[in-house]
Amino acid sequence: MSVISLSPWDLGLAAVLVAIVAVLSGRLRLGVGRQLAVNAVRMTAQLLLVGLVLRALFAHAHLGWIALMAAVMLLVAGREVMARQRRRFTGWWGYGLGTGSMFVSSFTITTLALLVIVQPEPWYRPQYAIPLLGMLLGNTMNGISLSLDRLTQSAWQQHRIIEQRLILGQSRTEAIGDIRRESTRAALTPTINAMAAAGVVSLPGMMTGQILAGTAPFEAVKYQILIMFLIGAGAGLGSIGAVWLGSRHLFDPRHRLRLGRLRRPRAR
Amino acid sequence: MTGLRLEKLRHPNLGPIDISVDPGECVCLRGPSGSGKTLTLRAIADLDPHDGRVFLEDTEAGEVAAPQWRRQVGFLPAESQWWYDSVGEHLRAPDPEWLKRLGFEEDVLGWSISRLSTGEKQRLALIRLLENQPRALLLDEPTASLDPDNVRLVEAVIAAYQKKHTTPILWVTHDPEQIERVAERGYRMDAGRIVEQVYP
Repeated sequence: MSVISLSPWDLGLAAVLVAIVAVLSGRLRLGVGRQLAVNAVRMTAQLLLVGLVLRALFAHAHLGWIALMAAVMLLVAGREVMARQRRRFTGWWGYGLGTGSMFVSSFTITTLALLVIVQPEPWYRPQYAIPLLGMLLGNTMNGISLSLDRLTQSAWQQHRIIEQRLILGQSRTEAIGDIRRESTRAALTPTINAMAAAGVVSLPGMMTGQILAGTAPFEAVKYQILIMFLIGAGAGLGSIGAVWLGSRHLFDPRHRLRLGRLRRPRAR
Repeated sequence: MTGLRLEKLRHPNLGPIDISVDPGECVCLRGPSGSGKTLTLRAIADLDPHDGRVFLEDTEAGEVAAPQWRRQVGFLPAESQWWYDSVGEHLRAPDPEWLKRLGFEEDVLGWSISRLSTGEKQRLALIRLLENQPRALLLDEPTASLDPDNVRLVEAVIAAYQKKHTTPILWVTHDPEQIERVAERGYRMDAGRIVEQVYP
C-alpha cells in the first residue's frame, strides 16, 4: 500500500476550516484570530520549506549536511526555550543554559539510539536521524522550558523564603531544594501524562503517521514505544541538568541569592 | 578585641561603616527608614555582595563557609518567613524553657502556620533563631508587632541569652524607651551612614 497523495485542494479545504475559526474568534473577540491566522501561514511555510530541505538532505546523505541541519534545529529550539521564559537569566546564560542542556541530552540520546538500538546503515541515515532528533528536541525543549520557567519564577516569587532559609544557615542547595524538585517535576509531567494516555486516549502522532504511510501497526507501535522511552529520558535528563545548573547560577559562591541575574519580564 | 567588628563595610547604598560591639554589649541602630539599618545587618549576614570586612571573635566572614557564618551571626529579619505547614517542621528540638518564657505551650509545635498572628510569628522566629546557638545577634525590630507584655517577654529572653553566652548584639529599633532599656549605646544612621553616636 502506498500513501494517497494530497493535492493542494485537499490542504486548501482543511485551511478553510481554520479560517472559519479565525473569523469566529474575531466575532467573539477572543483576540487570537489574527495570531491563529499568522501562525497557520507560518506553519505552512515552515513545513513546506523543511519538506524541501529534507528532500535535498535525503538525496545527499552526507554527515556534514545532517550535522548542519541538526545544529540549526538545536539553535532554533534554544531560542524557543529562551523566549518561553518570563524571567530568564541575563547574558549568555539566558540562551546557553537551555540550549546546552538540550544539546547534551537530546544529542547523546539520539546518537545512542542510532548507534546501538536502531542501527540504520549508515548510522546517520537522515530518514532515521532527523525525525528521531526532531522528536527528542521538541520534547526536551518543552521539558526544559517548563522547568526553567518554573525555577526562575518560583525563585523570584519565593525569594524571601529562600533568603530566610539562608539566614538560618541552610546552604544554597537546601534553600532552593523544594523549588528544584518542583521545577524538575514540572518538566516530566507532560511526558508522564503522554505515557498514561498513549494508545488509549490519544494515538501518538508518529505512530499515526507511520500507519498512514503503510507500516504494519505492530512495527509502528514498537517505534512509538521506543520514542516514548527516549523522550522520557531526554526530557528528564535535560531538565535535571538545566535545573541543577540554573539553580546554582541563582547563587554565588558565598551562597547569596542573586536575583539580579534574572531579567525582568517584558510588559505584555 | 573580640565581639563583632565591622571595618569599612560598604555597599552601593551604604557606608563605609565602622562599628564594633563588645562581647555581652548591646548596641542600637536607629534612623529613618531607608537609612541603611537593615542593609547593614544584611551585609553582616553576608546576604548581599559588599566591600569591607566583618569579624566575629576575630574570625573574618570569608574564612568560614557562608552557611556556617550565618548561623553564627544570628540575623532576625523584621518579617519572618515560614515555608512548611506547621510550626514544628521549622524547628529541630526547641528548648521547652524558651517556648514557655515566650508564652507558648509545647502544643505550639503542632500549630498550623496559617493560623499564627504576626506577633506569634515574631516570637517563634526568635526561638527558631536561638536554636542555632548564634554567637552574635542582629535583630531587626524584633518587637515591632508585639503588645507591651510580649515586648517585655522577648526582651527578657534576649537578655537571658546574652547574659548566658556574653553575646554581642546589634539591635535595630525605633523605640527610644526600648533603647534605654536594652542598649549600652547606639548609633543614629542617615542616608547609609552613621551620623551620630548616642548614649542613652
